Amino acid sequence: MTAMSDVTVLLLTFFMLTSTFIQKEPVSVNPPQSVSEIKIPESNIVSILIEPNGKVFMSMDNPNDRRNALAELGRLYEIEFNEEELKKFSLLPSFGVPIAGMKSFLALSPEQQDKVIMEYGIPCDSTDNQFKMWMQTARTVWTERIQKAYRENPDPSARKPDLAIAIKADANTPYPLIRDIMNTLQDLREQRYNLITSLRNAPPA
Amino acid sequence: MAEIQENDSGGRKKGKQKKIAIRVDFTPMVDMNMLLITFFMLCTTMSKPQTMEISMPRKDVKDESEQDKLKASEAITVLLGKDNKVYYYEGLPSENYENTTLVETNFSADPDGLRAYLLRRNGSIVQKISELDQRKKNLEITDTTYNREVSTIKKEKGAPAVVIKASDFATYTNLMDVLDEMLICKIGRYSIVDIEQGDLFLLKEFTKDESYVVHQEVIEEIVYEEQ
Repeated sequence: MTAMSDVTVLLLTFFMLTSTFIQKEPVSVNPPQSVSEIKIPESNIVSILIEPNGKVFMSMDNPNDRRNALAELGRLYEIEFNEEELKKFSLLPSFGVPIAGMKSFLALSPEQQDKVIMEYGIPCDSTDNQFKMWMQTARTVWTERIQKAYRENPDPSARKPDLAIAIKADANTPYPLIRDIMNTLQDLREQRYNLITSLRNAPPA
Repeated sequence: MAEIQENDSGGRKKGKQKKIAIRVDFTPMVDMNMLLITFFMLCTTMSKPQTMEISMPRKDVKDESEQDKLKASEAITVLLGKDNKVYYYEGLPSENYENTTLVETNFSADPDGLRAYLLRRNGSIVQKISELDQRKKNLEITDTTYNREVSTIKKEKGAPAVVIKASDFATYTNLMDVLDEMLICKIGRYSIVDIEQGDLFLLKEFTKDESYVVHQEVIEEIVYEEQ
């Protein structure tokens, strides 16, 4: 018995140390296969989730950044978010409701939020491109945090981090939707993206 | 949980301490551990997702002189059409697209597939890179030299440059498949460009499919040089 409990404790420790939790995503997305073996960076990422019907969701890896982004965006759209709403928002893994409906969305319970978020998505058409605003705000907030950290602890030898943009789109997404998102990003002078893929075995050379 | 067993014989021999055997029951603890392991196994990802890194051309560079002009002998244009079909043509299109002929191909590894064609066009570079791979395997060169060598080889003169143009009927998978071929065939220069009217015209003529409607799009052709 002792031996078995030893093994279980060992396994448990292993899993606790090596694992990262699966990020909860509002919709399930099946990325296309690719032979590329580059891993996604661990921090400083903004992920864009595109589902086959063109609904767009976003997530940022730093909760503080999320919170600041919402405050900043609220200022731009002249919607005041109170402390509690900001806190609630910073705890959400990913977001994707139009800014006008954000207040009522945040008032819902987490279970209800999971249910209704699928119906929404960040508007990204040319008349009301909230996706662009989110992206811009995400970049600003991130830059501010990095610069602040640098001012407090100037270390010229440290490699300057870069904000990675990860695009996770479903394999069946029509190309025009991807093109529109990339065009918006290009308008914001974001040129480098990480397209998230699932692994396919490379052909023999 | 923990049981203490007293020895019966202890009563008779006075003056000697009672012998006590302690046995702890581990079963509940093992149960709990198993439960936790199951939880961690189900709720975690062991590996980080793979990504394909791409760079898009800058939009604000409008000045022709700042862009690299593509040589006709180096250019290959890949068109992504309907129903997962893929076409290509060599060289730059002539003025009114009349002398350009499309070739239909596919994503398979067949001799008439896109991969075979690109490997043929890019043969010398693929050859050199595989030699380097071999040397790296034999630990003759370090990773940094390997990476440097690979990027210089890819930039060699005469290496094909691929322009990828996806029609509105293409899917994300098609785009990823083409980008995959670029990686497999060690193409150093490639760019994703908006499809032009002339290309749609070619597709329409080739497939006799009227749904390739020629529509107005801003034409941009900037070749992205891989860094």
